[in-house]
This record gives sequence, structure tokens and C-alpha cells, in this order.
Amino acid sequence: MIIEALIAITFVASMGVLLAPDEWAGRLAAALSLLPVVGSLYMWSRFDATGNALTGGSVAFETTVPWLELGGYTLNWHVGVDGISLPLVVLTTLLSTLAIVSAWASVDDRQSQFYGLMLFMEANLLGVFTALDFFVWFVFWEAVLLPMYFLIGVWGGPRRKYAAIKFFVYTNIASLAMFIGFIALVFGLGDSVSSLDMPAIAGALRAGELGSLFGVPAATLRSVAFVAMFLGFAVKVPIVPFHTWLPDAHVEAPSPVSVMLAGVLLKMGTYALLRFNFTMMPETATQFAVPIALIAVISVIYGAMLALAQQDLKRIVAYSSVSSMGYVILGLIAYTTYGVGGATFQMIAHGLISGLMFMSVGVMYNTTHTRMVGDMSGMADRMPVTTGILVAGAFGYMGLPLMAGFAGEFFIFKGAFASTVHAAMPLFTAVAMFGIVVVAGYLLFAMQRTLFGSFRLETDYEVGPASLHETVPLAVLLVTIIVLGVAPDLFFGMIQDAVDPLLDFGGDLS
Amino acid sequence: MPIQTQLPTWTAVAPTLLLGLTSLVLLFIDSIDPDSTRPAVLAGTAVGGSVLTLAVAGWFLLAGTGQEGGAIELYGGSIVVDGLSLFFTVIFASVAAMVSLASYDYLQDRTYQAEFYALVMLAATGMSLMASSGSLATVFVSLELASLPSYALVAFLKKNRGSVEAGLKYFLVGAVSSAVFAFGISLVYAVTGSLLLSEVASAVGSAGDLVGVAGVGIVMIAGGFAFKTASVPFHFWAPEAYEGAPAPISAFLSSASKAAGFAVAFRVFAVAFPIDAVVPMGIDWPLLFAVLAVVTMTLGNFAAATQENVKRMLAYSSIGHAGYALIGLAALSGGGPNGNVMGASMAHLLVYGFMNTGAFLFIAMVEHWEIGRTFEDYNGLATRAPVACLAMTVFMFSLAGLPPFGGFLSKYALFYGAIQGGFWWLAAVGAINSALSLFYYSRVVKAMWIEDPTGSFDLGATPLGLYVAVMVAAVGTLLLLPAFGPVVETAQSAATALFA
Repeated sequence: MIIEALIAITFVASMGVLLAPDEWAGRLAAALSLLPVVGSLYMWSRFDATGNALTGGSVAFETTVPWLELGGYTLNWHVGVDGISLPLVVLTTLLSTLAIVSAWASVDDRQSQFYGLMLFMEANLLGVFTALDFFVWFVFWEAVLLPMYFLIGVWGGPRRKYAAIKFFVYTNIASLAMFIGFIALVFGLGDSVSSLDMPAIAGALRAGELGSLFGVPAATLRSVAFVAMFLGFAVKVPIVPFHTWLPDAHVEAPSPVSVMLAGVLLKMGTYALLRFNFTMMPETATQFAVPIALIAVISVIYGAMLALAQQDLKRIVAYSSVSSMGYVILGLIAYTTYGVGGATFQMIAHGLISGLMFMSVGVMYNTTHTRMVGDMSGMADRMPVTTGILVAGAFGYMGLPLMAGFAGEFFIFKGAFASTVHAAMPLFTAVAMFGIVVVAGYLLFAMQRTLFGSFRLETDYEVGPASLHETVPLAVLLVTIIVLGVAPDLFFGMIQDAVDPLLDFGGDLS
Repeated sequence: MPIQTQLPTWTAVAPTLLLGLTSLVLLFIDSIDPDSTRPAVLAGTAVGGSVLTLAVAGWFLLAGTGQEGGAIELYGGSIVVDGLSLFFTVIFASVAAMVSLASYDYLQDRTYQAEFYALVMLAATGMSLMASSGSLATVFVSLELASLPSYALVAFLKKNRGSVEAGLKYFLVGAVSSAVFAFGISLVYAVTGSLLLSEVASAVGSAGDLVGVAGVGIVMIAGGFAFKTASVPFHFWAPEAYEGAPAPISAFLSSASKAAGFAVAFRVFAVAFPIDAVVPMGIDWPLLFAVLAVVTMTLGNFAAATQENVKRMLAYSSIGHAGYALIGLAALSGGGPNGNVMGASMAHLLVYGFMNTGAFLFIAMVEHWEIGRTFEDYNGLATRAPVACLAMTVFMFSLAGLPPFGGFLSKYALFYGAIQGGFWWLAAVGAINSALSLFYYSRVVKAMWIEDPTGSFDLGATPLGLYVAVMVAAVGTLLLLPAFGPVVETAQSAATALFA
């Protein structure tokens, strides 16, 4: 029942904060959000699942309660975690708390609503990562959009209305495409499934029980549904060419919201890709291996090129997310323990590192009121601690050893080189690795120009060191990144346990 | 032990009687104290009566009255109490309770308050009777009993030109469609020689040469329902009437009155004109409703998308929702999962009862605050009334069918039932319309939360009754997501009983 408790506590906390007066809403939200952090760490310490939640093995903290029955299909309240979802649950709770604390300095308008929405979003994110029934999962999946729409639309920058609506429309249409694709699969399975339970559907699909639907033969149905779902999730990830909502949303969103957007929301897309496309239809995925790998490589290189061309520090970080998520897709399509496991690990690593980057850019913006690389210079003199953390985060992004990003990327490349899904995979991997060079290039270039040299920003106000409550979340993130980089096995072991059963399918891997 | 063996049979209509009795009590209070100086007593009586009705109807529904062991028939089958009638009575009673509660503030400083509540209760009585009608005669009488108070209620603001004009328009269209309806009944009577639905069903199959007459009669009866449910082509009174009427009455008409129209349509068409017998004769009424459903939802949604006035937008979207509910009649076929489809439609009407009533009551609150009616007037309202705007956001997103609100599941169940019956194109049109509706519903949300206030709001004191009613509707809309299971199961078993 601990999962239900986590979700319920966060929901109730969000309502409580919403009704609280503005003066202490931020403090209250941070205090309440510590409860899910403690809960998720407790889950981690007592975690005893082996195997994958969808393809067999035991699931930790599992509950199944019948909810309702519609036309022969039962919908259950079915939640549980395995080695793939647990790290994401921990990431969600941790980043939410840190984002809430980091918002104290920057959000000064309608605070109780802001923090209430942040907690509401956290509750739904926890639901997304723990639900094992498609319907329950979809409810949470869609419900994440609502707070995000408001968080960007109300507290965002000058073009916030445009960005909020673009985000809402893009992701909502994507969800519709995905929903139709998945439901078509369920109908195509006919009598072999009697519920929308994800493990049951995954089992039936992997066993090849898909039939024809409304005269569409099974093979076509499978491919069309795969593509529909892939597109639906690809928008959320996002990968080229569905990434255009992301920079708008990121640049307009307030920094704490960017942290959640990059840190956790993008993971929903890759998590869903892993759970649905790559777990349920591995053969179809390997058939599409070349186009998917191509999309991944293009996302890596093109995202990095776009980042190189930006003048806005936040846009640079935003575009580099496109690049990093390309690595994740590459790892997933590799279909090796290290590839898929590394992709899962990279989700966590990127969540932490991009969170750190957005947060520290936000801290600098709070005092300088600019994010333009050309305007800033010599920030190291005025904000030495923040500068140090930002540089450390950038090194993490570049994949410096002993940081979480290195472990994730290393696993992915190792797995992708060894991949047998297509003969060209090593080539794709080699091209994608070139992305690291570009990443290092633009990050170093941006660091050099903003942080070092002499301070020359002309302002009427004091540009000085960040306050304690701005620095603590950054420090916590940095420590986590280093801990995970030094000891990736804190998570990687359980990830591997959950990933291995996925790879065991009868399909042709060559 | 089943309930009907413990109580006399006539107590099965207790919910309907309670509503009628409440109306009489209100008139009695008014005759003792004609100046209506005690609005709390009047509103309290109306709310109490509705809640009591809700409790009794809910109790009967849960206890299995009229479901286990077949429907309870009274007065030679003219009145039938079964799952369907009780389910719809629950809808009417909840809406009536919320509307009465909200009217307490809305009617402040107005005259004829007792008459207002009495008319609302009388209309609710008529609606409840409509849902229990077992004969075309009771259908007609109860339809008029529900309609006549509604005409008066729409024109209640008699110093307001819009209200009077709306009342007149509603009355004229209503009178014409009543005439059409009555003529349809007479044609069916001419063919079958009976007004009892079950006897009509057994006689209509052997209509012989009179098939044409029966067909015209059935189409005319369908026209009568189209008026009551504000479906195309008898919809054009609705935007005027909903806009001109006092906002609580708009809520009442667009939720309860519409549901009543569907209650009687479900029963009459499912029982009196069985598909297996009528469709082979060439009277394909599911096809008629399929066309009506597609046209109604598309027209309603497109018209709603072009409005600048929030109340008018809601009025048109209410027409769109009539189109969704019509799927419950349109997706029926010989041997299909008819109970599932119709039950899903009933469940949607229940959820709709909460979310749509809530939305109109929010508008009533805005009218009470004298803010204005266009989207621009709503700009930045959330800075002044965050909790009320949160409730309105719940209603808007639920009406659009987004999770995690009740409207999502009820639409899902409805479209799902249609696909199961083989009417995937109907579900597709519904889903596209539903996606389109997000555009205009989110405009309200955007105005309230994201736009900056254009002027300053002077809200004054919080109207407590209205506020509580809006909150009740919002909580109901939210709770109907987890509690949707029993609701849709009850509705579907009630609907399945009709096809047995």
C-alpha cells in the first residue's frame, strides 16, 4: 500500500498547499514534499523485486483492486514497481522537492497555486511510473499535462501563453494518437486479453496472439499501432522532428518548472517507449531498428548543433536535452542488457544533470535578469559557488567519469556497439558518439564566455552570491550525481534485473 | 428479502411523490406567509425535499427495487418503476438539489421566490414521472408537467427582455413540438390500438399496410424528444432559452430536462418499437438517431467554438453533449450489446448532470458578482476567486473529456460501447468532436487563469449557497472517476433490462 500512500499523500498535500496562504505556501510545500522523498527512499531500501513488471518476475509493493468493468474488459487499480520504475520514482520525489525549494527565490506571485500545482504534478508523475494497468496509467499520463499547462501559462515568461498552448496541443494530440494505437492493439488481441492490465497485454502481444481487426491483417495492424504509439511518445521525449515545442516551453517556463519538465516529464516519453513499444512489440521494434536508430542519431547530432547555435543559456540546456534523449533512444533500440539498462540509467542521470543545469541557470538569472551568453561575463567572480556547480554540471553533461552522465552514456555505447539488431548499429553508435564532441564544444564555449573573464554586466542592482536555499538544492543534486557516478550499482543492478527478461524474446535479432 | 414484499406497491413511486409533495409544501408555506420573507426556509425545503428524494431513489436503486423480480407496474402499466426510472430520478434529484441550493443567493431581493422553488420542484416531478412512464399517455402528460413550469421559469426575470423573449421562444417551440408529438402518438395509436408501450411493441410488428403511418408516427415522436433534449433540428430554442433564463434555470434545463428527454426516449424506443420487429419493416429509427447524433454534436461543437459569450458557448456545447448522449440510441442494433451502449449513455448523463450543472451555476455566481458574460470579462478571475475558478476548471476539462475527471470515463465508456456495437464511425465522430471541444472549453480556463485582469473585480460577499452548490458539483465530478464502476454497472444493468 506504500505506493497508494505516496500518491495519496502528495495529492492531499497539493490540495492543502493550494488552500494555504501565500506567505508560507512554499515552506509548507517543501516540508510536505519530504514525505514522498522519505517514502520513496524507504521503497528503495526495502525493494525486493526480481524481473520485469510486464514480462514476469515478482513486482514490489504490488496491489490489484478491481475498479470497473466495461464491455468485457476489466479495469483494475494495479500498481507496482520493478527495477525500471523504482529509480524513476525516486528521481521524481527528489527532483520535486528540490524544484520546490529552488522556487522560493523566483516565484513571488500566486504562490499557493504554484506550489499546489507542483505537488499535483508530482502525484500524477508517481502514478505514471507505478501504474501497471493501461487505463490507470493513461489517466495519470494525461493528468500531468494540466498542471504543466498552468505552470507555464501563468508563471512563465513573456511568450508564456503561446508556449503553454503549443505544449498542451502538441502533447495532447500525441496522446490521442498513442491511445488509438494502443486500443487498436487491445481490440486486435480479441479474446486473449480480458483486461487492460499491462502485463497481460504485454504477454499476449509477445506471444504473438494479435489477430486482425475490422479487416486489417495482424501484421499491418501491428506496424500501424507501433508507429502510432511511437509517434505519441516521441513527441513527449522529444526527438527530432517533434521537438519544436520543447525549447518554447523551456524558455518560457519558470526555472523550477523547467527542472521538472526536463528532469521528469521527458522521462515519461522514454519510459513509455520502453514499457509499451520496446517491451510489448520487440520484433516490430527490431524491424524498425534502422529508422529508429537513425532518428536517435539525428536527435543527438541535430540537437547538439541547435544548441551550438543558441545565444540563450537556457535554450542551450534545453536543446541539449534533445541530444541526450537521443542517446536514450539509441540505447533502447540496441536491445542489449547494457543498451536498455544504460538507457534507463541515463534517464535518471539526465534527469539529475539537466535539473542541476536548469536550476543553476535559474539562480544566475534571478540575480542578473539575463540569460544571454553575450551579456554575461565573469560570473565566476560574483557567484563562485554557483559557477562551480554549473561547471560541474556541464562536465556531467559531457560525460566526465565518476559522474552519473558518464555511467549512463558508457553503458549505452557499450550496449549499442554490441547490438545485433542490425549490422549497421556500430556505425550508428560511432556517429552518435561524435555528439559528445559537439556537446563538449558548446558547453565549454558557453561556460567560457559567461563564467570567466571580467565581469561587465551593467545593472542597477547588486549581482552577488546566491542565497543558501538556492544553493542547497544544487549541492544535493551535485552530490547525487557524483554518488551515482561513483556507484552506479545503487540502481544499475536492479535495472539489469528488470531489463534482462525483456531481451528474452524469440525474435530474429540479426 | 426484496423490498417490494415489505412495502405496499404504490410506495415504489415514492421518489416522484416526494418531489410533488415538496412542491405543495412550498406553496403551503407561501400561502401562510405570502411575502416570501424567509428565503432560507423556502430554499431549505426545496433542498431537503430533493435530497430526500435522492436518498429514497438511491436506496431503492441499491436495494434492487424494480430490478430483482422485474419492473413494478402501477395503474395497469401506465407507470413503471425499474432501474432506468430510479437511475434518472437520481439525476433529477441531484440537479434539483444543487439548483435549489444555488437559487438561494441568486434570488436575493426578488419577488415570487416560493413560486420559483415550487415550479422547480413541479418540473422535477414531471421529469421523474417521465422516466417512469409506461404508456404514451403518461409520457405526454408528464412531458407537459415538466415543460409548463419550465416555460414560466425561463421567463422568471420578467423585467428582463432577454428572459421574457427566451421564455416566449421556448414556449412557442415547445407548443409546436408538443402538437407534433401528440399527433405522432395518435398515429401510433391508430396503427396499434394501444398506448401502453408493451402492447404497442407486440402490435407494431403486424402493422401490415399501415407501416407508413406507423413510420410517420415514430418520426414525429422522435421529433418531440429532439425538442426536449435540444437535439438538431429542434435545438434552436436552446441557446436563446439558456442564455435568457436565470442561470440556475439554465443549469436545470440543460442537465435535468435534457436527461428527462433521454429517459423517456430510451424507454419508448427500446420498449415500444423493438429493433428486431421494426427495422425489418423499413422503419430504421436507429439510423435516424445516428444521423441526428452526428449532426447534433458537430453543429453544437462548431457553434460553441465561435461564441464570445461564455453562457452561450455553454448552451451550444450542451447541444453537442445531446449529440454524444444520442449515441445511446443511435448505436443500437438487433443483437448488439445494446444494454452496454444505452447504459453508458445514461452514465454520461449522470456525470453530465454534475459537470454541466456546476458550470452553469458558476456562471450564476459570476452573474451574481455582476462581472460580465464574455470571455474577456473572465480574464484574471482566478486572482480573485481561485477556489471557484478551480471548480470551473474541473467542469470545463471534464466536459472536454480529459482525465482525471468523471467526464473522461463516461465519454470513454460511451465511445467504447459504440465501437463494441460495431459503430466505430460514430465513436470516431464523437472522439473528434470531443477533441475539438477542448479548444473552446480551455478558452474559459485560459481566460480565468492565464490572462491578466482587464479591470478590477469587486466581488463583494461570497454567495454561500451558490458557492456550496458549485463545490458539491465539483466534488461530484471528481468522485465520479473512482466511483464510475458501480454507476456504469447500475446503468448498464438497468438498460439491459429494457431489452430483455
